[in-house]
Amino acid sequence: MVSAALLTLVAVSCLVAMEALHRAKWPSRGPYTAVIAWQALGLAWGVSTIGALLAYGLSSYELGAAGGTMAMFTDLVTGEFLLAEFSQGLEGIGHLAAVALALTLTLVLFSGLVASFVQVVRVRRRHHDLLELVASDHPDVPGARVVDHPAAAAYCLPGVLRSQVVISAGALEVLDNRELAAVLAHEHAHLRQRHDLVLLPFSSLKRAFPRVRLVRTYYESVALLIEMCADDQARRKSTSRELAMALLRFGAAGPAPVPAGAMAAVHQAEPAVMRRVNRLLRPDDELPYHAGAIIMGASAFLLATVTCLWHIPV
Amino acid sequence: MNRLGELERAVMDVLWARNEPMTVREVGKALAERDLAHTTVMTVLDRLAKKKVVDRAREGRAWRYRPAASRENYVSELMFDALGQTVDRDAALAAFVQSMDGQEAEALRRALAENEQPRN
Repeated sequence: MVSAALLTLVAVSCLVAMEALHRAKWPSRGPYTAVIAWQALGLAWGVSTIGALLAYGLSSYELGAAGGTMAMFTDLVTGEFLLAEFSQGLEGIGHLAAVALALTLTLVLFSGLVASFVQVVRVRRRHHDLLELVASDHPDVPGARVVDHPAAAAYCLPGVLRSQVVISAGALEVLDNRELAAVLAHEHAHLRQRHDLVLLPFSSLKRAFPRVRLVRTYYESVALLIEMCADDQARRKSTSRELAMALLRFGAAGPAPVPAGAMAAVHQAEPAVMRRVNRLLRPDDELPYHAGAIIMGASAFLLATVTCLWHIPV
Repeated sequence: MNRLGELERAVMDVLWARNEPMTVREVGKALAERDLAHTTVMTVLDRLAKKKVVDRAREGRAWRYRPAASRENYVSELMFDALGQTVDRDAALAAFVQSMDGQEAEALRRALAENEQPRN
């Protein structure tokens, strides 16, 4: 029961830490560190929640979450586990409910990840097939495909063998050459560092829990940080100003303003693009090296702690 | 681009140019300057049908092929993926800037006007 209590504590702490990370100002100064912190917290939350349920549900074995799960699977074959728990009355029912919940949560998280992956692969294949048919090469943008459409768009289509950067004719229209180079560097950074894989677990969580607003908010937080990572990479070759201007031109090429009064009452949060622009035009100091190291160390410590708690037999 | 991809594109261009369903032989004839084998054209059309970008219907003993949608439709579909960023598609590709509503775009237009220097 000690391990169940401690794992619950860790799971709750992870939720508190995620909320703190979401509100914190430092992530835009060190987006890479922040993304790693998000990954560690997300993973630790899932593993500790499942672990807490198992440690409680399997406390009769006195083997902890990991050992208890092994023992349960052997006993499930003979049916002994169920009989023993039912004979304990109400507490036994509670144990069984906890184990069932743990298995359901594991299944939901895992199948969500697989379903996301399959869906993403399917969308990408279709997108790639269509690109082959309608996109063309353009002498001004070597290494990118051009789609003849007046709206401004630039994006990358990741793939194992056939990653592509795509830009629309409308985007070529609004950008000058230096800004275009900045945009392409940004997209190539996404492809090079496989940012799509970093984002995948968060987007699959969003798919698994579509009604949970918090999941969506956190997903957007991570997505913004990943864009900042790519911005930082692009800044190595282009100036911050070129990249910021490119962002503004893309945004300004967007839809016409809504009619006055239609949405006037709704207070809009600062658009994510504006946060990227401000960060580029008025850069804060980078996150100091030692602060980054502490956050990385804490993330590793957190995961190690959760692993240990899974194995505590009491 | 690989050779097969380039052929698929040429075949689609032929199908889009004609307004009527075409047989393998007719497509081959339209691409006469490429001097393609009948089986090559058949393979390409078969691949396009599997990708669901052409529809086919039997007429007598031959299949007739026509584009499943116009070129403009496919361009729109691509841009919808890129700009729409609908719920189930957001992880498939990474757009430089996500789509915005009118107010957000207006805020960016103002910021652009403030930051823009005359370009000479």
